[in-house]
Amino acid sequence: MKFGVVVFPGSNCDHDAFYAVTHNLGHQAELIWHDSHKLGDVDCVILPGGFSYGDYLRCGAIAKFSPVMGAVKEFAAAGGLVMGICNGFQILTEAGLLPGALVRNRGLRFVCKTVGIRVETTRSPFTQETRVGDVLRIPVAHGEGCYVAEDAVLDELEREDRVLFRYVDNPNGSERDIAGICNAGRNVMGMMPHPERAADELMGSTDGLAILRSVAHAAAPAAR
Amino acid sequence: MTAARITPELVATHQLTPGEYGKIVSLLGREPTLTELGIFSVMWSEHCSYKSSRLHLKKLPTKGARVLQGPGENAGVIDIGEGADGKRYAVAFKIESHNHPSFIEPFQGAATGVGGILRDIFTMGARPIAVMDSLRFGTLDVARNRRIVEGVVSGIAHYGNCFGVPTVGGECVFEGCYNGNPLVNVFALGVFCQDEIFYGKAEGVGNPVIYVGAKTGRDGIHGASMASAEFTEESKQKRPNVQVGDPFLEKLLLEACLEAMKTGAIVGIQDMGAAGLTSSSCEMGSRAGTGVEIDLDRVPQRETGMTAYDMMLSESQERMLLVAEKGREEEVFAVFRKWGLDAVTIGRVTADGKLRVRHHGEVVAEIENHALAGEAPLYDRPHGVAPYREAPMVGPAFASKDLKADLAALLGSPDLCSKRWIWEQYDYSVRTNTVEGPGGDAAVVRIKETGTSVAMALDGNGRYCALSPREGARLIVAECCRNLSVAGAEPVAATNNLNFGNPERPEIMAQLVEAIEGMGEACAYFETPITGGNVSLYNETLGKAIYPSPVIGVVGLMKTGAPPAVHFQNEGRTIVLVGGIGDCDEERFGGTEYAKTVLGTMWGMPPRLDMEYEKRVQRAVREIVGAGLAETAHDLSDGGLAVGLAECSFGERGIGAECAVESGMRAELALFHEGPSRVLVATGEAERVREIAARHGVEAPAIGVTMRGRLRVSDATGVLMDAEISELSQGWHSALERMLDG
Repeated sequence: MKFGVVVFPGSNCDHDAFYAVTHNLGHQAELIWHDSHKLGDVDCVILPGGFSYGDYLRCGAIAKFSPVMGAVKEFAAAGGLVMGICNGFQILTEAGLLPGALVRNRGLRFVCKTVGIRVETTRSPFTQETRVGDVLRIPVAHGEGCYVAEDAVLDELEREDRVLFRYVDNPNGSERDIAGICNAGRNVMGMMPHPERAADELMGSTDGLAILRSVAHAAAPAAR
Repeated sequence: MTAARITPELVATHQLTPGEYGKIVSLLGREPTLTELGIFSVMWSEHCSYKSSRLHLKKLPTKGARVLQGPGENAGVIDIGEGADGKRYAVAFKIESHNHPSFIEPFQGAATGVGGILRDIFTMGARPIAVMDSLRFGTLDVARNRRIVEGVVSGIAHYGNCFGVPTVGGECVFEGCYNGNPLVNVFALGVFCQDEIFYGKAEGVGNPVIYVGAKTGRDGIHGASMASAEFTEESKQKRPNVQVGDPFLEKLLLEACLEAMKTGAIVGIQDMGAAGLTSSSCEMGSRAGTGVEIDLDRVPQRETGMTAYDMMLSESQERMLLVAEKGREEEVFAVFRKWGLDAVTIGRVTADGKLRVRHHGEVVAEIENHALAGEAPLYDRPHGVAPYREAPMVGPAFASKDLKADLAALLGSPDLCSKRWIWEQYDYSVRTNTVEGPGGDAAVVRIKETGTSVAMALDGNGRYCALSPREGARLIVAECCRNLSVAGAEPVAATNNLNFGNPERPEIMAQLVEAIEGMGEACAYFETPITGGNVSLYNETLGKAIYPSPVIGVVGLMKTGAPPAVHFQNEGRTIVLVGGIGDCDEERFGGTEYAKTVLGTMWGMPPRLDMEYEKRVQRAVREIVGAGLAETAHDLSDGGLAVGLAECSFGERGIGAECAVESGMRAELALFHEGPSRVLVATGEAERVREIAARHGVEAPAIGVTMRGRLRVSDATGVLMDAEISELSQGWHSALERMLDG
């Protein structure tokens, strides 16, 4: 299968995501420039971490207006798989593809550490290769990773089994310990932790590969 | 040229001496214009010209088998071998200080310090892959110091995180002498192919000189000369002299520069750091033996009404100057347009060797490039006195009432406590290369292209150097090399940051000279040539100098693989002290953390170093680690054996140790002396470890075994201390945060 990794000015986990899906996972990938109106023949789009457009105004607030986001919305509407990691998650909430928002960490400081996240559902293309209750060890690195939404939205996410991951030990104050969610169509996901940084034994964990592998298998069941 | 009255007062406010002014007049053959005076003042400032230190810096070893570029360029470069693609790779690295700006405005001062050193790396064509920082602050009982710590740490985090370079380690200590003068030294390292190295040379007469990046404003005017003067009450008012950084812009500049370099149209490139447009243009011309002509009307400007003086001295951040091949400008412009950056031709390379600056159609400065970059004053400042020191040679009589309490006090002290509060604010895992991040002896970053990893360590020790600048400087080099050896890496090159007081005082100059000589001796001995660095003088506030604080960063190479753990991993492992228990007398105990924290004083001399023995210990450790025999390895340094054992016990698995220490020393010394040449190794194969050590002629007593939950140390007289790990670790984990909360 083929991943497309979007490059916004200020993306800085684009190379990492590219490396993880090609080198660690063994699939194809291409970088997609932010002013591109087309995504090409990709099976899954990754919006990587970083500080798109400097995160001026609000994290992800400017990125949502970039030409490529029009293409991403069409792709998502047609059922295409979209993964937003860290800044990518922020962009997806700003663009309205995912509910809620990511605000300043409750501790008010940037936090970089490897955390445990518990798999809450396997009913998604992003978690189908995991088991409910699995605790994945995956790094977080963000200043604005506190997930907030109205209670009704949080209730709906839970009711519809759309919370993919919860923090075991919440590093940022996210409501209901939410670390990752998906949309109602279950084809668009956002998560603050970085699975691409947990894809190599040498980096201390390969738990992120379970997520990337799930996507690969979902996108190309024949390749199983 | 515009007429400007150059009065003696005006010369003095530019921090030029009457003698220096005389030299300017004779070099020009006339009086300078105001713009020229400004240009000379920054280029001849201590910060840019190294006029007090240059003579002595020549004593440092700078050559080695792997050194591709030594001092004099934007960064040093070393060969790291061949990549999978058959190309040869290299790393560029350097350390730089941003001490004065970080005191005046901690957040922006530190942030732009990171920005400056990153540009030094990528201006050579290398992609930055690691940053480390060496921080020295005043004591945390002073509210202003706490604010400085918060500001500096968040400034480094802000810039590095947004730029996307991991901050992988460093050091941080607290001492009263840094109250009015914190030290913020930032190290950066980048990787590239050897056929893609770019230099700051304005070659090719007729080639266009192109300005790229941020617009020029009035910020940071005279930053370089501010960094070359002592602090007074007045300088707290110098906030406009501190620049404001934009890491997003820098990230764009990085990507655009690296992409533009690939076009093959770029001849030379240099960042606009201290002294901005002035230093980049005249240094590029001077290196190439050419002239550079620039027209300030074409410079992208952020404000209106700027004079030539303002523009030439502005230190606005995130700007680069490059020289392109004539006729290929459009290839370069296209790349910068893609990244949304300004790129404008502002002049050309000429044959006459002069820096010629035009503004509003008039020539406002015309100076030989060489006069600015090569003819700067060189001082042999008086230093024929003993280095300044206040500490007595003999310390107080002391005897511990409770060794466990002493250990707990040390572990909870600002210097030795966990620095997690700091490094968790740094993104240390971006770029997915960080094999060993903060908290270890050395940071290790893999190079994806080559199967090699680069290990690096930063170290300084103001107290050791205050007692003996020469011995202290040797000790810090030895420690850095030992840190790398613990990771299994071979030290290959170094960069230094020399932080000292006012060199016009002979007893301070003597500190500088002694430290440089000591560092030179050690770097020659450990075969780690200095490939570049930075000198920061005038670190004084109201006439009171900091401790002499040289900082060294050493880079080593190793095959990519996981280094030994810092913490004990399993019960029942034998603990071998490679290098032996060492020796120490009362005099050599006066510079230890124990003397500082428990006894509240400092005396005598730093620990004794035998470089020949140290080198053998390091070789033995590298062989032990390379053979995969060390499950855990940790260098003994600040706080000695007891602190080293405790640090090894603070892992997630809760494994401690039971040790018996045989030495001729009394317990305080045996447990807490800081003699070098010692590394703790926990192993399941003690005999093989001891065999290797013996082959290198290195003592390696087995001092104990690992055990769950406790740390117990005894000597011939009985149990010296016995503690649950949690008793010790709690204070260690939380001390910094608690102290910062005031």
